[in-house]
Amino acid sequence: MKLKNSISAAVLAFLVAGPALAQQPLKIGMVTTLSGPGGYLGQDVRDAFNLAIELEGGKLGGAPVQLLVEDDALKPGQAKEIAERFMKTEKIKLLTGIIFSNVAGATVPDILDNGGIYVSPNAGPSNFAGKECHKNYFVVSWQNDTLHESAGQNATNLGYKKAMVLAPNYQAGKDAIAGFKRFFKGDVVGEIYTRLDQTDFAAEMAQIRAAKPEVVFQFHPGGLGIAFMRQYAQAGLLTEVPMVVAAPSLDAVILKAIGDAALGVNISSHWNSDFDNASSKKFVAEFQKKYNRMPTYYASQGYDTALAIAAALKATGGKVEDTNAFSAAMRKADFQSVRGAFKFGPNQHPINDWYSLKVEKGADGQLGIVTKGKVLEAHSDFYAKSCKI
Amino acid sequence: MSLLMEQALNGVQLGVTLFLLAAGLTLIFGIMGVINLAHGSLYMIGAYAMAAVAAKTGSFLLAFPAGLLAAGIAGVAMEYLVVRRLYARDHLDQVLATFGLILFFNQLTTILFGRQPLFVEIPDFLEGSVMIGGIVRYPVYRLAMIAVGLATAIGLYVLIARTRLGMLIRAGATNREMVRALGVDIRLLYTLLFGVGAMLAGLAGVMAGPILSVQVGMGEQVLILTFVVVVIGGIGSIRGAFIGALAVGMVDTMLRAYLPGVLRQLMAGPDADALAAGLSAMGVYMLMAIVLLVKPQGLAPAHG
Repeated sequence: MKLKNSISAAVLAFLVAGPALAQQPLKIGMVTTLSGPGGYLGQDVRDAFNLAIELEGGKLGGAPVQLLVEDDALKPGQAKEIAERFMKTEKIKLLTGIIFSNVAGATVPDILDNGGIYVSPNAGPSNFAGKECHKNYFVVSWQNDTLHESAGQNATNLGYKKAMVLAPNYQAGKDAIAGFKRFFKGDVVGEIYTRLDQTDFAAEMAQIRAAKPEVVFQFHPGGLGIAFMRQYAQAGLLTEVPMVVAAPSLDAVILKAIGDAALGVNISSHWNSDFDNASSKKFVAEFQKKYNRMPTYYASQGYDTALAIAAALKATGGKVEDTNAFSAAMRKADFQSVRGAFKFGPNQHPINDWYSLKVEKGADGQLGIVTKGKVLEAHSDFYAKSCKI
Repeated sequence: MSLLMEQALNGVQLGVTLFLLAAGLTLIFGIMGVINLAHGSLYMIGAYAMAAVAAKTGSFLLAFPAGLLAAGIAGVAMEYLVVRRLYARDHLDQVLATFGLILFFNQLTTILFGRQPLFVEIPDFLEGSVMIGGIVRYPVYRLAMIAVGLATAIGLYVLIARTRLGMLIRAGATNREMVRALGVDIRLLYTLLFGVGAMLAGLAGVMAGPILSVQVGMGEQVLILTFVVVVIGGIGSIRGAFIGALAVGMVDTMLRAYLPGVLRQLMAGPDADALAAGLSAMGVYMLMAIVLLVKPQGLAPAHG
């Protein structure tokens, strides 16, 4: 009797649990940088990703999803641990979120080796774009170099002949300088590698002044960029030496933090908040409505990443277990990117247009980043040709 | 020549900022025997309080004391509520507890102000740059930082060497049990000292606000360098902190400025730049290693 009872209880439990199991949402792991000076980068990626889920009513591509977010604090080791925990204990197959290339460098190979899929909303280091490319590794943002290739082309278009370049001494910094030099036709009179944890750039400012370049190109994302731009202005250099940068060195947050000092800086980017396409307009409006602040381009990438994943989930019926099928669906990039035309190249990094932007004062006296024109069309990256998937 | 002058001024300016942080840390470390990892948080609190008041009132003259006061109050509260319980514990417990404080303050700041960095304008009367001796143009604000830093150093020297409080502090550093046995309220002294150290860190934060970005985690960026200064100078020694801070500021700035040029004579441009960046990042730590090798007690140790 007792046995019978417990069997029927088990059967009952199974019957109840059955449908619940079927509705179990798909877990997506987000390892991102939320604390420290780079904290707002990860925050924007996370918030925009969540926005995309919310706009679909808790789903992506028709499949209910649950986003698990953890802060890597810009520490490669910590990110690695989080990714491992996500994969082992939470059984997550699909990961995203990493902001910084040095963090990606330590974490992504582990995810791929363990059979996971990684979709990058930001970091696109050169070493994973060429020979080391992987069928389960997608970059929705950009390959690092391309950001700065657009800046190099922009500087060439603007007619500058003598440039000084500065970037932090880490993978993305090296990619930045390599990318800029690849498309800048003039001379580079000096290269300065700063530190990723540097806060005071007085020594560098003095060197720039002494070298007297026609233009300065610098790559300093997040908090670094704020300190750099302000000290550049305070040293009186902004009026002497114009600056050409790519999007990370002057995003909407940095602009707000440095104010009028940023007037006239030349930027190049793949997306700007004034883009005139339906997807971008909807994104900017919804983001502002929900979070009450201007989205940075990091947010646009977080949103695009969510859309790209949604498109793939729709094609696979919400399943990621068969990674080959999911990757094949991802590769189609069947979504409306906020940056307009978008497709994946052979190394699963984006092919898209690049635009020149400028910081200007609007009619209302507010500073804004205004799109000026196209710098590069349907631009792929330098490493795509050496990738064999 | 003017470049060398400018870089020297940059070195001094970095040095005095580090001194303000190191002075408080070395006193707390040397006299109370507490390793306070949360010292950087006090720096952050100073900067945030200043930024918040400046944004509300638009007045630098109000924001400046507000930053100092906030850091001082936070310091006293920190001592009273947490650090007081740690004097008798070993260093590992102290590190653990004060590391917890870092997380607490960072999270609290995130909740209060968000993750977006705050913007602080340089006050009008310190805007712009001046010619010094007709050879070098230097930002007024950075000159003011040097002046405030040096004035604080002199003030601290007078406080430690010439006042009764300073005498007690020195005595406490040498033999705290004896001071206690002589009937001095050592608890009050410690709280006071912690408050002073916190205010100095706050002062550094307040002054750094307009040139750096005021953001969560800004304290941890300077903390390691501050510990290097304390170790180089000799633990518990204000004079040592001053010498150490200037040495670190100068070495760091000069290596960053001149090493690439020197190396470029020896090898190809980009390689030289990359190597120089690596070496100059190590510079202050090599300095610390050398000092420890030659004078294990630091350059100007507190006790004999």
